Amino acid sequence: MPRTGPGSAAKKTLLWLGVIFAALALLLGGGSMWSNASWTPKLALDLEGGTQMILAPEVQGGDSEITTEQLDQAVEIIRQRVDGSGVSEAEISTQSNRNVVVSLPGVPDPETRELIQASANMEFRPVLAGGGGQGAAVTDPTPAEQLPTPSAEPTDASDTNWISPELQTQFETTDCLNPDTIANAEQAPADQPMVACEPGTAGKYILGPVEVPGVDISTASFGMAQGNNGVSTNQWAVNIEFNGEGTDKFRSVTERLFAFPQGDPRNQFAIVLDGQIISAPTVNAVITDGKPQITGNFTQESSEALSEQLKYGALPISFEIQSEQQVSATLGSDQLKMGIIAGLIGLALVAVYSLFQYRALGFVTIASLVVAGLLSYLAIAILGWSHNYRLSLAGVAGLIVAIGQTADSFIVYFERIRDELRDGRGLVSAVDNGWKRAKRTVLASKAVNILAAVVLYFVAVGNVRGFAFTLGLTAIADLIVVFMFTHPTMVLLARTKFFGDGHRFSGLDPSKLGAVPLYRGAGRLRNPSDVPAARGKNKGAAKEAERRMTIAERRLAEKQESMAGSGRSSEKDGE
Amino acid sequence: MSKLPSFAAFGNDLYTGKRSYNFVGKAKLWFIIAAAAVLLSIAIPVAKGGFNLGIEFRGGSEFTVSNVSNTDVSGGEKAVAEVAGTADPKVTNIAPGTMRIQTEKLSDDQTIEVKESLADTYGVSQDEVTSTFIGPTWGSDVSRQALVGLVVFVALAAVLMALYFRTWKMSVAAVVGLLVVMVVTAGVYALSGFEVTPSAIIGFLTVLSYSLYDTVVVFDKVRENTKDLDKRTKRTFAEEVNLAVNQTLVRSINTSVVAVLPVASILFIGALLLGAGTLKDLSLALFVGIILGTIATIYIAAPLYAWLRRNEPDIRKQAKRVAERRASEAKGSTAVSA
Repeated sequence: MPRTGPGSAAKKTLLWLGVIFAALALLLGGGSMWSNASWTPKLALDLEGGTQMILAPEVQGGDSEITTEQLDQAVEIIRQRVDGSGVSEAEISTQSNRNVVVSLPGVPDPETRELIQASANMEFRPVLAGGGGQGAAVTDPTPAEQLPTPSAEPTDASDTNWISPELQTQFETTDCLNPDTIANAEQAPADQPMVACEPGTAGKYILGPVEVPGVDISTASFGMAQGNNGVSTNQWAVNIEFNGEGTDKFRSVTERLFAFPQGDPRNQFAIVLDGQIISAPTVNAVITDGKPQITGNFTQESSEALSEQLKYGALPISFEIQSEQQVSATLGSDQLKMGIIAGLIGLALVAVYSLFQYRALGFVTIASLVVAGLLSYLAIAILGWSHNYRLSLAGVAGLIVAIGQTADSFIVYFERIRDELRDGRGLVSAVDNGWKRAKRTVLASKAVNILAAVVLYFVAVGNVRGFAFTLGLTAIADLIVVFMFTHPTMVLLARTKFFGDGHRFSGLDPSKLGAVPLYRGAGRLRNPSDVPAARGKNKGAAKEAERRMTIAERRLAEKQESMAGSGRSSEKDGE
Repeated sequence: MSKLPSFAAFGNDLYTGKRSYNFVGKAKLWFIIAAAAVLLSIAIPVAKGGFNLGIEFRGGSEFTVSNVSNTDVSGGEKAVAEVAGTADPKVTNIAPGTMRIQTEKLSDDQTIEVKESLADTYGVSQDEVTSTFIGPTWGSDVSRQALVGLVVFVALAAVLMALYFRTWKMSVAAVVGLLVVMVVTAGVYALSGFEVTPSAIIGFLTVLSYSLYDTVVVFDKVRENTKDLDKRTKRTFAEEVNLAVNQTLVRSINTSVVAVLPVASILFIGALLLGAGTLKDLSLALFVGIILGTIATIYIAAPLYAWLRRNEPDIRKQAKRVAERRASEAKGSTAVSA
C-alpha cells in the first residue's frame, strides 16, 4: 500500500508536537541553568508550609469603595512594611480587586502581623525639638532629676510644655541609626506628642500632637519648582493639595510656625507615616490656599516617592484579617504526597477502565493522558518560573479532576470511530470521518470547560483561583493533545495490520461492533435487510436507510474498495 | 468466537436503534421526578434549618495536629480550656493520626498559646500544628463571589451554546438541566449534613462546567440527528432526539465512569487519610455533581429540548409525514404478509 497523504500529514503533526515539547523543555532547561527556573513546579503555601493571610482593606471614614489603584497602593505599603521588617520571600498580591493576600514562609511574629494590619497612617505634626543628623542615641542621657519639668499645661501644638521628662529621656535614648528602631516605629495617639526618626536624614525629633491628619490631603504631585516669576527653578518639588478643612488647618499651622525664627526647630513641621518622618520641611511662608510646595534636595525619584507617600496618606487604609492559615510543613508535604497518590490511583483506574472498554485502543488513551500530563507539567513549571505561579492543593485537585475530562475527549473520538465502523466503513475512513465529527464536538465542549475556568479565575477568591487555573490549563493541553497526538496516532494506527484488520483486541473489531460493510464485494451494495433496525416489519425504514447512503458515501466506499482491495470486506462477508 | 455480551455490542444495539430506551417519550415522568427532587432539595435545608456550614462561614479558629499517636479527644479540649476557657472547643479525630480542634475566634496570643499547649498534649512538635483563623465574613465573601461566577458563567455559556447550536431552545434546555443538577446537589449536601466549605463550593462550581460540557456533547449528536429533518420521514423529531441520546449513551456512561474514578480516588484518599479539607470537600461535591450531571443531560435536558420544540410548525408537519408514511406502510406490509 503506498504511503498516502493523511499518513505523512499525521507524521508531520507528531513531529511538530515533538518540536513543541523540545522547545518547552529547552526553555525550562535553559531557565534552570542560567536563571532561577526549576524542573519542579513551585508549591503554594498549603503544600509547602507557611502562613497565608487574606486581608480585606478598610478605608477609615469617608466612602468605603476601594479602587484598584488604591488597592495597588495598599499592596505597596504592605510590601514596604514587610520588607522593612526583614521577612524574606514574602509574597503580596491583590486578589480579584478586593483583597490583599500576604504569603510568608514560616510563622510571622506578632510584630510583623501587627505591622501588616496597621493602617497607613499619615499625619502632620509640628516639631518641638531635634533635627536632622541628630539620630544617634546620647551615651549618657540627662539624669531624671536634672530634666526640666514643664511649667504649665501646653496651650498649642508647638508649646514646648509638651516635653515631659519621660519624653526627653526617650528622645535622648532613641537610636535612629538602628534599623530596628525604624522598623518598630509606632505612632502615638493623635493628641499626644511623640519621638520620631527621619531615616532619610538620620534625624531625630520630638513632635507635638497631630495638627492635620493625612485624610485632609486631596492629592499630591511632583514636578519642577517655579520661582516667583513663574520660571522653572530647575529644582524638584513636591506639591500638596489640601481639601477645604485641611486648607484651614494648614493655614493656622503655617501662621504659627512661620512666626518662629529660621533655625528654631519649631519652625518645622513633620510629615509622619507609620511612625516615621518622611519629610520635615521648614515653613517659609504662610500657606493660605492649601497648596504648599515642598522643596529641598529632591531628585526626580525622591520627589516622586514622597508625592506617592503623600497620596497614600490621603487614604488611611487599614486591613482586617479575613482568614489566616498557618500550615505546618509536615501537613503541607503530607497533603502533597496524598494528592499525588490520589492522582496516580485515579490515573491507574482510568487506564484499567479504558483498557477494559477499548482494548488496545486504551493504550492510545493512556499515552495521550501521559502526553497531556507532561505538557501540563512543563507549563506549570515554566509559569512558576516566569509568573511565579504556585501549585496549591486545590490546583492539584484540578489536575486530578482533569484526568477524567481529558480522557473524555478520547472517548468522544473513539465512540465516533466506532459509529463509523458500525456504518460499515473501513477503519481508515472511519478514523477520518469520525475525526471530522468528533473534532467539532470536542471543540465545542472544551470551549465550555475553558469558559468555566476563565470565569472562575476572574471572579474567584481564595484558592479557587489555583483550581480554575489548572482546569483551564489542562483543557488547553487536552486540545493540543487530541489534535496533535491522539488523532495523528489514530491515523497511523489505522494503517497498521493489527488495527486496520480489526484484531479482536484492537477495540475496533468491526464484527464486534456489528458493522455492516457498505460495499460487500462482488459488486453488491449492502442489502437493506442487513441493517438490523430494518429487520422485521419496518420496511420503509430500511429503504430510508439505503437512501441515506449519499452519493458521497457511495463514492467513498468505492474509493476505499480500490484502495484496500476487496479481500478484507469479502472476508467479513463470509462470517 | 465465544465472548461475553460486550459493552460494544450494547453500544451497537443502541446505535442502530435495536435497543432503545425511551428517554424522550416519558419526558413527563422525568420532569415530575425532577420537580419533586428540586422541591425536596429546597425543602430539606429549610426544614433542617440550613446547611452544615464550615468554620469559614461561622468564623473562628481551627487547629490541625498531624502525626498524633494518641487520638484522645479530651486532651485537646483540656488544652484549649486551659488557655481560653470560654472558647468552646470542638475536637474531632478527622483521620488516622490527625486531630482537628475548632474554637471560637482566639486572639493572636491565645492562638500561639493553644498551639503550644496542643503540641505538648499530643506529644508532637509545634511544626506539626497548623492553625487557621477565619473571619466570619470570609465564607460569605467566597460564596458571594461564587454566585457572581455562577451567574456570569451560565449567561456566557447560554449565549455560546445558542450561537453554536443556532437555537436558543437548546441553551434553555441545557441551562434548566444544569439548574436541576445544582439544586439537587445542594439538596444532597443538606440531607447528608456534609460540611459546606469554600472548597465544596469550588467543587460545586466545577460541576457547572462538567454538567454543561456533558450536555454539549450529547446535544451535538442531537443536532446531527435532527439536521435536515424535513427530508427525513423515518423518525419524528422526538424520536430522533431519543435516538441521539441512546447513541451517545455508551459515551455518557464511559465518560461519567472515567470522570468519577479520579474523583472517587481523591475522595477516598481525602476522607480516609487526610480527613476534612480541600481534597475531600472538593471531591465530594464533584462526585455527586458528575453523576447527577450525566443523568440530568439524559433525563431532563434532552427530553426538555424535544418538548420545547414540539409545537413548532415544521416539527409538527414532519411528525405528520412520519405518521402518514407509517400508516401507509402498515397497510402495505399487511397486504404483503397476508
